[in-house]
Parts: sequence; C-alpha cells; structure tokens
Amino acid sequence: MTPRLRSRHELRLPRILRQATPARGHGGPPPPGQYYESGFPTLTVGPTPKVETAAWNLRVDGLVEHAIEWDWNAFKALPRSTFEGDIHCVTKWSKLGTSFSGVSVDELLALAQPKPEAKYVLATSVGGYTTNLPLADLVDGKAWIADTHEDQPLPREHGGPARLLVPHLYFWKSAKWIAQLRLLAEDEWGFWERNGYHHRGDPWQEQRYTGD
Amino acid sequence: MTDATPPGAITWQVADVVAAWAESSTARTLRLHLPEPWTYLPGQHVDVRLTAPDGYQAQRSYSIGSSPADEGSIELTIQRLADGEVSPYLCDVLEVGDQIELRGPIGGYFVWRGERPVLLVGGGSGLVPLMSILRHLRRTAPDAPVRMIASVRTPGDLLYSGELGDDARLIYTRAGPPGWAEPPRRLRPEDIAAAAFDEGPAYVCGPTGFVDRAADLLLAAGYPADQILTERFGPT
Ligand SMILES: Cc1cc2nc3c(=O)[nH]c(=O)nc-3n(C[C@H](O)[C@H](O)[C@H](O)COP(=O)(O)OP(=O)(O)OC[C@H]3O[C@@H](n4cnc5c(N)ncnc54)[C@H](O)[C@@H]3O)c2cc1C
Repeated sequence: MTPRLRSRHELRLPRILRQATPARGHGGPPPPGQYYESGFPTLTVGPTPKVETAAWNLRVDGLVEHAIEWDWNAFKALPRSTFEGDIHCVTKWSKLGTSFSGVSVDELLALAQPKPEAKYVLATSVGGYTTNLPLADLVDGKAWIADTHEDQPLPREHGGPARLLVPHLYFWKSAKWIAQLRLLAEDEWGFWERNGYHHRGDPWQEQRYTGD
Repeated sequence: MTDATPPGAITWQVADVVAAWAESSTARTLRLHLPEPWTYLPGQHVDVRLTAPDGYQAQRSYSIGSSPADEGSIELTIQRLADGEVSPYLCDVLEVGDQIELRGPIGGYFVWRGERPVLLVGGGSGLVPLMSILRHLRRTAPDAPVRMIASVRTPGDLLYSGELGDDARLIYTRAGPPGWAEPPRRLRPEDIAAAAFDEGPAYVCGPTGFVDRAADLLLAAGYPADQILTERFGPT
C-alpha cells in the first residue's frame, strides 16, 4: 500500500499552476512525477564545453544517400522554424511554454535522404556525449537543431551554438553542442542509456530508467 | 547497460524510516530499511515519491550517503529548502517508524568503482554522494589516496563535520567559524592546485553554479574533461 503523507504537511500545487494560464504550452498538469520549474536548470556530463561557431559543423551520415556536413554559415542558410511548448527533464522539472527556433530535422533529412533500412539515430555532441533515438522520433516536425532560445542565441550552458531539440522526449535526448546525427539500422545505446536510463524516454509514459 | 544497473525495471518499494538525526543545522539524515534490498555503488541516487491524501504525488532525487558495505539499510541526507515542496517534509515532518516510497539505485555515471587516487569536490548538499565514496573507500581501500574540498555557507551548514578528516579543505562562502583566518569566499584556483592529483578522477557535486565553477577550475588545473565527473543538484 502506498504510504500517505502525515496530515501536518501539504504538498503544494506547483507554483505555476496557481498562476494564470501561461500564454504558451498546454497549461495542464505536468507528466507523471514532474513539477513545473520557472527557471531553466542545466544538466551536463562533466564540464561545459566552449564551442565557437567558426569551429562548429553538423554532419548527417550513416545510412543516408548523401552524407552532408554543414558549417555554421551553411546551416544558417537553411529554412527555419520555431517550436513553442513544454520541455521535460528526467531530474523531475518541466518548463512550460518555452520557445526555440532553428532548423527542423526534416529539412536536413530531405537533403541527406535516409535509406529504407535506417531505423535509428545516434546523436553525438562535441566532447563525445551520445544519445540514441528511433528515427521516427526525429521526423514529421517533432525535432529541430535549435540555435535560438526565447529569441536569443542559445546560451553555451544550454548547448549553444546549437543543440538537438526533441521536446516530446526527456531532455537528455536533446543533445547539447550537437555535432552529428548518424542513421543506423540497429539501435546503438548512447551515454545515459548505457548508464541506466531508458532507451526511448517518453515523459508521458514515465520512461525514466532502463526497464520502465 | 552497466553493472551499476540491476537487470530489469527499477521498482518502487516502501522503505521504513529506522533512524533520523540532524546532520547540520539545516539538514537531516534518514536511515531507511529496504524490504527488497539491492546493492549499489557509491555516487548513485534514489527517487523518493510522496503521495498526498488526495493522490497527488511529488518525486525528487536524493543521493545515497552511506557505504554499500552497510548492508540492510541506506542513508539519505536532505538539505531543508524553506520554500521547497518535498525537503521540508523529509526534514521536519517524517518520523522514525514512518514509511516512504523510493526506487533505486539510479545512475551509472557518477559512481566510484575503486578508482584511485580520488579528488572529491563538494558544495553544500553535494557532499552526500561524496561521503558515500569517502566512507566506502575508507572501508575497502584505506590506503588509497583521497582528498576532499568542501564548500559551505557557514559552519552550521557543514554536513558530516566529524567524519570528513582533518585534511579536508574547508571553504566558507558566507561566514567562517570564530577565528577563521580568511574572509568568506568562493572556490579558487589555489584550492584546486593544493588538492589536485596528477591522475585519477575528480568527483564534483553540488548546486549547478558551484559545479560549473569547480569543473572549469579543474580543467584549467590540467584535469582532462573525461576525468571530471559531475553531478548537478539544481539551482543556486
Ligand atoms: C541526482 C540528484 C541527486 C540529489 N541529491 C540530493 C541530496 O543528496 N540531498 C539533497 O538535499 N538534495 C539532493 N538533490 C536535490 C533534490 O532532488 C531536490 O531538488 C531538493 O531537495 C529540493 O526539493 P524541494 O521539493 O524541497 O524544493 P522545490 O519545491 O523543488 O524547489 C523550491 C525552490 O528551491 C529551488 N531549488 C530546487 N533545488 C534546489 C537546490 N538543490 N538548491 C537550492 N535551491 C533549489 C527551486 O528552484 C525552487 O525555487 C538531488 C538532485 C538530483 C538531481
């Protein structure tokens, strides 16, 4: 039986739910086990890398017809779009009504052309961080390479100059300082996934840890 | 998957609070008996889940502070945040004999598997997983070289003060003890220089700002990025 709280303590409603409905985001309760946070906490493996735009490249390769590498200027010339909505970190915070913009992963894949056998993607960051995703989670307007947050250049501690953004999954999937998307036929586990975290990470299913 | 992660799902269980004591003027340690015990590595954490009478639930992560050699129970140390949702309950309301839901052990990255020498750099409640490493190292590898830097606001905030060892380097950011030689200050390059080893990992844990600063200082002191293991607890 689930132990209930002693009555002396009241779990308070997340602050933000007591406020007026935010302009963006759905405004309902957060995914299970999450709470709304008004700040934007950071979670990074090790020190925060310093990545200059002059040295930044993004590569899409593996099971594609055309492996392509964009430098910063070429990336900036691609068609852009904006995401407005909520993000969810496995350390329990969710943030309502965020705004990010950049280039949809669909735009990149339209140029690189995935081969039919491509089913998974391993995303790699400057510094070697990796995370794995089903290809289906990166297509149809669900994922971006984001270089802008709330109309400002993406700050370094949040993955600037550019990060992967997959807002419908826990935020460790949104690899900061993104450098490469490699398309694969078989799922290859990334950093947190090898260290006990779920291979997919859907917050609404509370897929936090291996086996959830 | 690593050997830090038990096979299959990490399941919830109802733990008994078998002992509780003040660990500082602002933190409390809970000793919890697990009906379904598991083994863990120093550095891992658990998720705690509280359920209100109306079914509303809140979850937070807490590092394990005890040594895995202490079988049958685990210890968590919780820093009280005055305006927090969960920590005031664990610090002020929960009593010995009560039960709470938790699951673990979680995390296969910020763990100590016997590496040596070891540098431990903690800020505030970031000392909790470092204490697990220190305690386990003293039990299983007493001759392994280890150094600790502990940064706290005031002497009253220092966790495990009787157990850190005389050579732990203490930094007070708001006020030192009476007669303390230096004014309150933040972590500095010379603190890292005095404690750094030529090899081995550095474990850095605490509030995000502290961890970022310490990690940058370690990089500047020559620690390779992949030898700087970080755990960020949250704001401030
Ligand atoms: C992997 C991991 C391990 C952790 N281990 C420990 C541990 O061993 N001991 C421990 O005491 N805590 C630990 N924490 C932090 C803990 O999970 C909670 O965030 C903390 O107890 C605050 O929860 P709360 O519900 O009381 O406050 P909340 O209601 O979540 O927050 C109240 C206010 O305090 C701010 N806040 C949240 N966290 C912190 C913080 N850490 N410092 C300062 N301000 C904060 C929030 O932004 C908010 O404004 C750990 C966190 C992580 C991710």
